[in-house]
Amino acid sequence: MALTDIWFLLIAVLWTGYFVLEGFDFGVGMLLPLVGRTENDRRVAINTIGPVWDGNEVWLLVAGGATFAAFPEWYASLFSGFYLALLLILVALIARGVAFEFRGKINSDRWRRNWDLAIVVGSTVPALLWGVAFANIVQGVPLDEHHQYTGTLLTLLNPYALLGGLATLSLFALHGATFLALKTHGDVRVRANALVPRIGVPAIVLGGTFLVWTFFANGVLWTGLPVLVAAGALVAAVLIAIGGREGWAFVLTALAVVAVTVALFGSLYPDVLPSSTNPAFSLTTANASSTPYTLAIMSWVALAFTPLVLAYQAWTFWVFRRRISPSDIPAPTGLALVAATPAVDPAADTGAHAR
Amino acid sequence: MNLDLARWQFAITTVYHFLFVPLTIGLSLLVAGMQTAWVRSGDDRYLRMTKFWGKLFLINFAMGVVTGIVQEFQFGMNWSDYSRFVGDIFGAPLAIEGLLAFFLESTFLGLWIFGWDRLPKKLHLACIWLASIGTVLSAYFILAANSWMQHPVGSVVNTTRGRAELTDFGAVLTNSTAVGAFAHTITACFVTAGVFVLAISAWHLARDQHTEVMRPSLRMALVTVLIASIGVVITGDLQARLMTEQQPMKMAAAEALYDTVAPASFSVFTIGSLDGSEEIWSIRLPGVLSFMATGSFDGTVEGINQLQQQEAQAYGPGNYMPVIPMTYWTFRLMIGFGLLAGLLSVIGLWLTRRRATQQVPRWYYRAAFAGLFLPFAANSVGWIFTEMGRQPWSVFGLFRTADGVSTSVGVASVLTSLIVFTLLYGVLAVVDGVLMVRYAKAGPPPPTPLTPVADDDTPRPMTVAY
Repeated sequence: MALTDIWFLLIAVLWTGYFVLEGFDFGVGMLLPLVGRTENDRRVAINTIGPVWDGNEVWLLVAGGATFAAFPEWYASLFSGFYLALLLILVALIARGVAFEFRGKINSDRWRRNWDLAIVVGSTVPALLWGVAFANIVQGVPLDEHHQYTGTLLTLLNPYALLGGLATLSLFALHGATFLALKTHGDVRVRANALVPRIGVPAIVLGGTFLVWTFFANGVLWTGLPVLVAAGALVAAVLIAIGGREGWAFVLTALAVVAVTVALFGSLYPDVLPSSTNPAFSLTTANASSTPYTLAIMSWVALAFTPLVLAYQAWTFWVFRRRISPSDIPAPTGLALVAATPAVDPAADTGAHAR
Repeated sequence: MNLDLARWQFAITTVYHFLFVPLTIGLSLLVAGMQTAWVRSGDDRYLRMTKFWGKLFLINFAMGVVTGIVQEFQFGMNWSDYSRFVGDIFGAPLAIEGLLAFFLESTFLGLWIFGWDRLPKKLHLACIWLASIGTVLSAYFILAANSWMQHPVGSVVNTTRGRAELTDFGAVLTNSTAVGAFAHTITACFVTAGVFVLAISAWHLARDQHTEVMRPSLRMALVTVLIASIGVVITGDLQARLMTEQQPMKMAAAEALYDTVAPASFSVFTIGSLDGSEEIWSIRLPGVLSFMATGSFDGTVEGINQLQQQEAQAYGPGNYMPVIPMTYWTFRLMIGFGLLAGLLSVIGLWLTRRRATQQVPRWYYRAAFAGLFLPFAANSVGWIFTEMGRQPWSVFGLFRTADGVSTSVGVASVLTSLIVFTLLYGVLAVVDGVLMVRYAKAGPPPPTPLTPVADDDTPRPMTVAY
């Protein structure tokens, strides 16, 4: 196996990790208004991902960095070609990221409603656009002989890619629902469980159609296997969730996300960005890659540190393994919306013997 | 047009991002220090310090994280030809930064924020230290990448592939420029965090409130700023000499020195056009530029005109001068703001010395609060100098900025993103500013009750939650 193949595989692994982990973060964000009818319930939902969402998002940064390091031509053509789509994703991720941190900082309904909107939109947009992007990557985009993208934003919004977007959108929403059902007590858990079949059916239809289309248009023989696994896992997840086995339902939606990503990368290989203009202009693992020396160094670094990262991230999930109940949520600690005139009695805090 | 817009966007998003980064790095370590003091002494004041400064740290951290994602994407989006040229070398430290540093910092910060009641005291303390180490590691790798642009080592240019290729990764990581830049940046991060703590403590002390927490905070900040400022000066001196050796044009541009001279004086202030014509008026320190550049008060410093000729000979005809008024003023402002920050700590330490016979005068508190902007301004102009002083190169001597821009991205697209980022960042600046001010004014939490709640099985809410 060539080093370029190893790095194609590693980048696939990074995207898989990203979609499995941030997939449920996106799902929780999208479903926030549906599972959280009261402020306390919304906080239950947000706190299921509170300690982990930022670490989950790092998978994206590492996937991006690894693409830059291992396949600079891929990174350059892809990121410049998908310019406006990536701009939208960036804006969404920025708004969503600060929303988690800032929403509780001011104790005002209007303040929280605005940040909730940022969380919902900021989760929905990337969940949709990552699917659109990957469908286009697999299908190929217009690239000239210098591997420069020659299309526009509209080129990316073709039926196959839009279906791909809807597939990831519904898949991540389902993944978020099984996660919420597993991680909460009370009303949020009940609502999340009720949502699983309601999202599951469209997810199966949209995801299934997209995967079958992918298989016949771009797949190779073995990618039929992850397609079948994904479809089977989705159906099983819904059935098992109805049976009340929340842990297994989550494992199955995670498996479906893995299988979808494997099917996409499997269909892509050995290209990394096919040219729809002329197959000879396609970027491949061979012509887009860095030198063997760089790839070798990166391989050693990845070999040494990836197990460590996996271990401490897994430990985080173990530390925060408990379900969150409505009674776990403390009273709001945010400051009032309008600054009060100095209410602090200076004397109250200065004396060393105040206690 | 496309090039200009992309440059503006890179400048705006990067300078903005770097308002938050130094505070994140410095303050995470100060907060780790405060928590260590609490764990070791059990003194409740240190716990309250940890919680108060920790809260401000987290508001700032969120901004640093979200604006950092843009940085990672922007090379490919706007500078794709640059990315093609440098990817073999530049990508590796970026990827390693993610794997080693970003994972460490965000995972353990999540554990720290939410782990107060889940983790044993010492393990919880270890989390903030690990997150801090993550921020410092991150600085090292990104500075190694940037330093390769300033002083490309460990690589050759493959002309058939039209790109630079890595030949010695160790040389890239131990690049003298990287070591110098890392030392200078990290000490500046401590000045930034120190002045931040100093200014806010002073604001409260001027009002005689929260003195129990703010006095030790002020003291810690003063010592931090003094030590870190000395570090900034020493590492800055080291860097200036490296720069003279590696990028002589940047040093000449820092002084607007057009003709080679020995000894060279340093002008603190000049009235004039800085275009090489006779200046109207200036204050000059004799021999100081020679000392900065060479370590000797009568060393020779090469001038812009001579360097322009040399570079034109080496790289072909063209303009190899950066924008001189920009490099001239940013260089001075960086030094000036930095020295003023250091001065604040010297005066503060004198006024708060143990044998001081009178109370700290109000004017000092006011001055310390007013000094809040100093390190942020110094960091910004320092980087503007470093990056603009390298122009027209993006990789010194190898690759020009103008050749790096994405040719497949249209003007309308770049204009859109420039407007979107500027507006979004503007709104976020207001939100972040309001939250910072409100939480800084609110002061530390009240003293912790002496007797903790009995350790029974009744469910209690989480101590920290979103």
